[in-house]
Amino acid sequence: MIDDVRIIPLSESSVVVEFGRTISLKLNQKAIALAKSLNSSPFLGMIEAAPAYASTSVFFDVSRIQTEFPHIDPHQFVSDQIRTCLQVLVELDDQRPETIEIAFAVDEGEFDLAFVAERTKMSKSDVIELFTASEYRVFMLGFLPGFPYMGILDERLALPRRDVPRTRVPVGSVAVAGQQVGIYPQDSPGGWHIIGKTSARMFDPDNLALLEPGMNVRFLAE
Amino acid sequence: MSILIKKPGILTTVQDGGRFGYRELGVNPSGPMDGFAARIANLLLGNANNSAVIKPLFPAVEIEFLSDTQFAICGAEFGACLDGKQIRNWTSHNAVEGQTLSFHRPERGSRGYVAIVGGIGSERWLDSSSSTQVAAGERFAIGRSLVQLNELSLSPWMLPRYGRFPTVRVTRGPEFELLDEAAVNHFLSENYTISNGSNRMGARLEGSPISCEGIGEMPSSAVTFGTIQLLPSGMPVVLMADHQTTGGYPRIATVAVVDLPLLGQLSAGDGVSFKLIEMSEAMELLQQREKDIEQLKCGVSIFGRTVNAK
Repeated sequence: MIDDVRIIPLSESSVVVEFGRTISLKLNQKAIALAKSLNSSPFLGMIEAAPAYASTSVFFDVSRIQTEFPHIDPHQFVSDQIRTCLQVLVELDDQRPETIEIAFAVDEGEFDLAFVAERTKMSKSDVIELFTASEYRVFMLGFLPGFPYMGILDERLALPRRDVPRTRVPVGSVAVAGQQVGIYPQDSPGGWHIIGKTSARMFDPDNLALLEPGMNVRFLAE
Repeated sequence: MSILIKKPGILTTVQDGGRFGYRELGVNPSGPMDGFAARIANLLLGNANNSAVIKPLFPAVEIEFLSDTQFAICGAEFGACLDGKQIRNWTSHNAVEGQTLSFHRPERGSRGYVAIVGGIGSERWLDSSSSTQVAAGERFAIGRSLVQLNELSLSPWMLPRYGRFPTVRVTRGPEFELLDEAAVNHFLSENYTISNGSNRMGARLEGSPISCEGIGEMPSSAVTFGTIQLLPSGMPVVLMADHQTTGGYPRIATVAVVDLPLLGQLSAGDGVSFKLIEMSEAMELLQQREKDIEQLKCGVSIFGRTVNAK
């Protein structure tokens, strides 16, 4: 699991462990496995690790490492710790991920479903049928608390982001951009195409995030 | 043992060291824009590094002390007064019950910090009280003070070099290599202006655009406080304390931790330029700063408390 891995400084107190630069199940499994392993047995000075699509970020208290090991380059120390972890990391058996069903109301003209249909040369009902035909993997959470980056959306539905982002995308909006699918956990600016709205809460202050990386989501059109 | 917010000021918040351990859920650490000033304010009182402080912008908060206590003010110069009498910045002060701390003129910088002995008892979420907004009439519990403190000031040589047009040191970001030589030279020679769209999430910069032909987006990956992203418009944006946890734009550089306070004190209309340094130099600067802070802690523990206080 350590071939082709790059460990790149992000700041004095963080590095990015990069497995690749594409969106793929294989790379994402590695990113999640490394974050889980590091978080369950953190090295000296480590604060937290978080998975992204094809990389894992690792944050640490650099002053603590400098104090404990004054003659070692802190990034070298961290890289060694991460490489040791990678050597013993077994790839997760991700064959049967947990699947969560999320019901949503199809956009009835307020947002972008008609635009997506026009651009993809499909009817609105074909767009929704194609969209709901697949399960989507939660690759990562980011952007906002609990925002799931999901995929991989059928190529036929892939469109670039809106030229002008909306200043306010309402909470619960189910949206697509490129081959990604997302759900807005709160009102926020956003440039993705909104095709529906769910009442499922992606994040609340007590129970935190509904979804976690590695889960699958199946959308049900109401 | 408490304080009363007499006037809330604009966007006054409570900040502590930040909220760590939740990035994997998309929750950013938040915390002070000028972490150095917040930390020094605490250390001058012998508080823990990351105790909660009140962060006034201008027009600033007005605070009444409902019991005898000590406080320290650091960061932006806002013409601080205790019961109308001007008091020094970067200094710890004694207050008696009924006295009021107020701020009168924005003289330098944009973010002040008020620490109170024992920290400010504020609502916490996920182990942190960062970015809790304060309201008029609100009371906050403060720590108990048993002794009178000697009033201490930060040594002048440790003061940050705040300015309205600082040069900020940066290290290479993960996608620095995507820039060609001309783009690198452009980035490092431009005098950028902080645009109106800037806030606690990010400082948006204005200047002549960097040519980003061939530099596309990438799958979203981690960013942090100080990450400089290059937007498709060719404009850089510096991510600040309330940054999102991930982003898909190229991360061309990262502001050195020791220089983040300079950026944290800027307002729209101010300017910034960047100087590239090696990561090893950034590490040495950080190590030196930590040594200075250790010395300060040592000094406060020796000189901070008056024996046989009244």
